[in-house]
Amino acid sequence: MMIEALIAVALVGAFVTFVAPNRIAGKLAFAISLIPAGLSLWMFSAFDGSGNALLDGELAFASEFEWIQFGEYSISWLVGLDGISMPLVVLTTILSSLAIVSSWTPIDERESQFYGLVLFIEANLIGVFAALDFFVWFIFWEAVLIPMYLLIGIWGGPRRKYAAIKFFVYTNVASLVMFGAFIALVFGLGDVTTFALPDVTTAMLNGGPDGFLGIGGTTLASLVFVAMFLGFAVKVPIVPFHTWLPDAHVEAPTPASVLLAGVLLKMGTYALLRFNFTMFPTEVIEPFVIPIAAIAVISVIYGAMLALAQTDLKRIVAYSSVSSMGYVILGLIAYTQFGVGGATFQMVSHGLISGLMFMAVGVIYNATHTRMVTDMSGMADRMPVAVGILVAGAFGYMGLPLMSGFFGEFTIFFGAFGAEGLAYSQVFTALAMFGIVIVAGYLLFALQRTVFGPYHLETDYDVDRAPLHDIAPMFVLLGLIILLGVAPELIFEMITDAVDPILETGGEL
Amino acid sequence: MALLELPAWTTLAPALLLALTALVLFIIDSISPDAQNSGLLAGTTAAGSLASLGVAVWYLLAGVGTPTVDGGRGIIDVLGDQFVVDQLALFFMIIVAVVTALVAVASYDYMEDHTYQAEYYSLVLLAATGMSFMAAANSLVTIFIALELASLPSYALVSILKDNRGSVEGGLKYFLIGALSSAIFVYGISLVYGATGHLQLENIAAVIEAGEADPYGGLLGLGILMLIGGFAFKTASVPFHFWAPEAYEGAPAPISAFLSSASKAAGFVIAFRVFTEAFPVAETASAIGVDWTLAFIILAIVTMTLGNFAAATQNNVKRMLAYSSIGHAGYALIGLAGISAGGGELVMGAAMMHLFVYGFMNTGAFLFVALAEYWGVGRTFEDYNGLGRRAPVACFALAIFMFSLAGIPPLGGFWSKYFLFTGALEAGLIVVAAALVINSALSLYYYSRLVKAVWIEEPVTERDGLSQPVGLYAAIVVAAVMTLALLPLFGPVADTAVDAATAMLA
Repeated sequence: MMIEALIAVALVGAFVTFVAPNRIAGKLAFAISLIPAGLSLWMFSAFDGSGNALLDGELAFASEFEWIQFGEYSISWLVGLDGISMPLVVLTTILSSLAIVSSWTPIDERESQFYGLVLFIEANLIGVFAALDFFVWFIFWEAVLIPMYLLIGIWGGPRRKYAAIKFFVYTNVASLVMFGAFIALVFGLGDVTTFALPDVTTAMLNGGPDGFLGIGGTTLASLVFVAMFLGFAVKVPIVPFHTWLPDAHVEAPTPASVLLAGVLLKMGTYALLRFNFTMFPTEVIEPFVIPIAAIAVISVIYGAMLALAQTDLKRIVAYSSVSSMGYVILGLIAYTQFGVGGATFQMVSHGLISGLMFMAVGVIYNATHTRMVTDMSGMADRMPVAVGILVAGAFGYMGLPLMSGFFGEFTIFFGAFGAEGLAYSQVFTALAMFGIVIVAGYLLFALQRTVFGPYHLETDYDVDRAPLHDIAPMFVLLGLIILLGVAPELIFEMITDAVDPILETGGEL
Repeated sequence: MALLELPAWTTLAPALLLALTALVLFIIDSISPDAQNSGLLAGTTAAGSLASLGVAVWYLLAGVGTPTVDGGRGIIDVLGDQFVVDQLALFFMIIVAVVTALVAVASYDYMEDHTYQAEYYSLVLLAATGMSFMAAANSLVTIFIALELASLPSYALVSILKDNRGSVEGGLKYFLIGALSSAIFVYGISLVYGATGHLQLENIAAVIEAGEADPYGGLLGLGILMLIGGFAFKTASVPFHFWAPEAYEGAPAPISAFLSSASKAAGFVIAFRVFTEAFPVAETASAIGVDWTLAFIILAIVTMTLGNFAAATQNNVKRMLAYSSIGHAGYALIGLAGISAGGGELVMGAAMMHLFVYGFMNTGAFLFVALAEYWGVGRTFEDYNGLGRRAPVACFALAIFMFSLAGIPPLGGFWSKYFLFTGALEAGLIVVAAALVINSALSLYYYSRLVKAVWIEEPVTERDGLSQPVGLYAAIVVAAVMTLALLPLFGPVADTAVDAATAMLA
């Protein structure tokens, strides 16, 4: 019942915070969020699962009971963690706590509602990673959308209404496509009468669907694979479905950006790994390997080029997320231990690094009220600590050794380069590696102009050192990034343990 | 087994309690006619409807109305089969009682300074009595009487704001269309009687099954068509939906909530009962030459599409909700469209679940409008802008209602729509299922528009703090909590609804 406790604490906390007075809401929400954070760290240390959750693995903290029976189909409450979801749950709880602290400065109206919604998102994100029944998973998945829509729409920047609606419509349409596809798949499977993901996976790997509404089994499997890929591609996001992301990020308040880039994007890649690359047998995936790898590389390069063209610091970080997510897709499609394991590691690593970057940009914005590269220079003069962390985060992004980004990207490249199932894998890997160069280019370019040189600011504000509660969460993140860079095996062992069964059942592509 | 020793009519207690409470209100009013004791009146009404709710739930849990083969105490016949108390009846009695209680509590504030308080509450209870009897009525005569008992107080309630043009106009339109559709309904009854010689539903079915009605197939078909007209009026479905926007807009908002939730549910229960009991699909089709489910397939698609498109173009919140309520009637009609000779219990059960959830989410939405009217903030979406700043709790509840109506996952409305969808697929109604999905996706546009107005938009005019009327807030919060709670607790509702539908179709 540990997972239920995590979710319940966050949910109840959300309601309590929602009706609490504005004055204390921030502190209260932080205090509440420490409970799931501590609890999840304890769960991490006591983690006793092995194998993959969908492939008869030993689940940690699992619980199951029947929820609703309708006709012959039953829906169960089924949650549990394996080596893939455990690190992501810890990432969620820690980032949520830190995001709450980082909002103390910028959020100055309707605080109780703001922090209530953040805790509500946290509860649902935990649910997304822990759920192992399709309906449980889908409910949490969708429940993230509404509070995020409100966070962007209420506390966002000048174009917040447009950005909020765009985010909502894009991701909702994608969900609808994916939902319909999965339901069709389960109905097509015939003898499966539950929506439990392990059961569906077993049936998929032992024969696949018989067909549905006159569509043959093989065609159905392929169609569902494509529909689900498209549904998740919007969430990840992958070029060309990425256009909602910069808008949402730029308009969203800092803490919402932190959660959006840090955890929400991982929902997409996590779902791709769980559904598309675990559930479907190799024969179904095979025809799509080259296109997906191509899309991944395009995301890497194009995302990086877009970042290169920006002058808004937040936009730069936002587009670089598109680029980073491309690496994850490449690692997944490589279908090797290092590829898939590295991709999972990169999900966690990117969550920490992009969270850190958004926080640092947010701190600078709090002081200067501008995010334009052209509006400022020599910020190191006035905010040495905050800017120092920004530089450190940027190096993490570029993949500096001994930081988590290095290990994630290195393993992905290593895994992709030798991928036997991926034709031209060397070409794809080489092209993707070129993305690193562009990343270094735009980040150094932006840093050089904003951080170094003589102090100058276009906007009329007195810039002073950032308060401690703005700096502290960034230090925590930086510490975690370095920790995972120095000792990646802390989570990588867990991850590979859960990834290996996928590769065994799938065989070499 | 003490319950069985009671006379059979006591099983109608949920309806009788409502009637009794109405009489108590008359007594209170005659003892102190001038008193403006709205607390006592609203409290009595709420207590009466809660008692009715409690008894209905208790009966259902105790197995009253559950067929003996399923381990229950059997279906109870009352007054020589004029009424039956089965799971279907109790299920809908629960919906009626819940909505009545919510409306009564909300009316405490809304009708605060009104002159005709006692009349108002007793009319609500009498209408609720009629609806509760509709749930149990088992012959065309009792159905018609119950229908009129529900309708006549409703006409008066819609126009109870005598000085308000919209209220009187809405009431008149409702009454005229209601009178017309009653006439059609009665004529339909007479044609069915002419063709089969019976009014009792099972007897009609027996005649049709024996093939004795075959010579009068055309007559029977015309009668059935006219009966459908009567249901369409009561459920605000095409083609008798015209009254709904006017009546809901003009009526006091709690009455709009009452009519669009309870009255609609009651309309559906007689449709479910008449069409499953009296007109078995296959035999009726061979008698009249056409499958009556075809009529409901067409009506379902047209009703949901028309309701949704009209709702999307509204600027007035109450009218938007009125059209959305027409759209939801279309969703529930799938429950009748999906019935077939061998099955349909899943889709009919899903429609019942939908009406159950709807009883909370739609009532809550209209009660929010009542709250807005109480505050005097105006009627359009723009007038609602920025309410979330002043009244976060009520606006949070509104967001729950809207997203639940749209069928977004974390809420009760998701389950019922999903089950309607799979039920329709199971019944082979692929076009209807597709229409349901498309309409649901479309409906998100206008539902989220209201959420956007209260939460995201800036207020057009500066407002001072808004008061927090106890009754309205309590009713809205309860409805919101139930809409939320129905997500985890949907299992029992689903089981009961499917069991009831299975028993009807057996």
